[in-house]
Amino acid sequence: MGFFDYVVRNSDQVVRLTLEHMRLVGLAVFAATAIGIPLGIVASRHPTLKQWSVGIANVIQTVPSLALFGFLIPFTGIGGGTAVIALALYALLPILRNTCVGIASVDRSVIEAAQAMGMTSGQSLRQVELPLAMSVILAGVRVATVTCVGVATIAAAVGAGGLGTFIFQGLSMVNNNVILAGAVPAALLAIVTDAALGWVERRLAAVVR
Amino acid sequence: MYKPEAVIELRGAGYRLPGGRPILSDIELTVARGETLVLVGRSGSGKTTLLKLINCLLEPSDGEVLVEGQATTSWDRIRLRRRIGYVIQETGLFPHFTIEQNVGVVPRLEGWPAERIEARTKEMLRLVGLPPEQFASRRPHELSGGQRQRAGVARALAADPPVLLMDEPFGALDPLTRAELQREFRTLVEKLGKTIVFVTHDLHEALRLGTRIALMEGGRLLGVHSAQGFLHSTEPNIVRFLAAVREADNDLVDEEP
Repeated sequence: MGFFDYVVRNSDQVVRLTLEHMRLVGLAVFAATAIGIPLGIVASRHPTLKQWSVGIANVIQTVPSLALFGFLIPFTGIGGGTAVIALALYALLPILRNTCVGIASVDRSVIEAAQAMGMTSGQSLRQVELPLAMSVILAGVRVATVTCVGVATIAAAVGAGGLGTFIFQGLSMVNNNVILAGAVPAALLAIVTDAALGWVERRLAAVVR
Repeated sequence: MYKPEAVIELRGAGYRLPGGRPILSDIELTVARGETLVLVGRSGSGKTTLLKLINCLLEPSDGEVLVEGQATTSWDRIRLRRRIGYVIQETGLFPHFTIEQNVGVVPRLEGWPAERIEARTKEMLRLVGLPPEQFASRRPHELSGGQRQRAGVARALAADPPVLLMDEPFGALDPLTRAELQREFRTLVEKLGKTIVFVTHDLHEALRLGTRIALMEGGRLLGVHSAQGFLHSTEPNIVRFLAAVREADNDLVDEEP
């Protein structure tokens, strides 16, 4: 029995697990964005906070993903919640870092012009710095999302489901077709997400050129 | 002490970098209402720093800077800056705003009603020779250098500030466009009667536009003269500067085939 036969015969399950996978990634990236962008904005005005927050996010990033999931189980138990927290922690660094870098890389003379026009610090941030940094910030969200699509396959190990379910099943059954039924949709999901967010990013970059 | 005609006054003003290195020392300067004072000097002589002291982008380390009789440090900075138009080289336009949004930026910050902003923006664009029908909705990167510079002047004038600061506004332009803008600028200045401090390293531009010319070198002011007085000055520093400019001009002429 080939890979395609397996996928076609189990199409219900493939669709269900793909949606579950997307939900995990979606929730995690949403949480990481909701924390990472505001934190990055505040950090860009406070150098010490920037150093610390990026430093901590860096350390989290270096923890192997399986270890991070395992580490969280004593605190948050088994299931989707743990997976979303772990994924969000992974997604935080690229979003936070790109928010800081994006704001820092706005042309000095443009910021000075904003100041000289009599904009307050907040007005300059909202009207000038954030719009000009947006494509870099979005690039961070894109990297975070694509990373999460990959790492989320491990969520099955903590009982959170997703396409990793096939992969772990296939590994224990020593059946490549089952492994591929999880791995191929996950890879496709990553490619499509990357392309879609990349398109939005280029559109934004063209606007603020 | 306050003389009504003195719009800008620097009294023993100096500026040092946080590390202590002096950029400007002991500047005594008065700019009268309606005049165009041009600061000339080499790059790094402190011209731009002096401008930034006036709109309080920088605070003086020594002495004081007065605008309309009040020290810049005791002004509400935001209010001070909205009363002072600021034109810099083309990079100063906001790249993500249309020309119309760029020109209307200070009126919008000041909370003018939308229709008044629109009318004022159009008026300013026409004033600087950019027909609004054609330019209002374009973005800065779609304009030539000269057009961007015109838009920059329109933006500085939009909220009708009594004072204009201009930092080498025509520096990045080709000689023909530059001469054209200088001519138009002079007409505009005569019409509007603004008090202007204009920075350039181009002596010819200074002579063309300035009511008075101030020479700067190494963070010091080496004297303020009328255009004619400047050319015929016997002060050694000015004579030396003029000689250096003539030499550079002659080098250019010699290089012609």
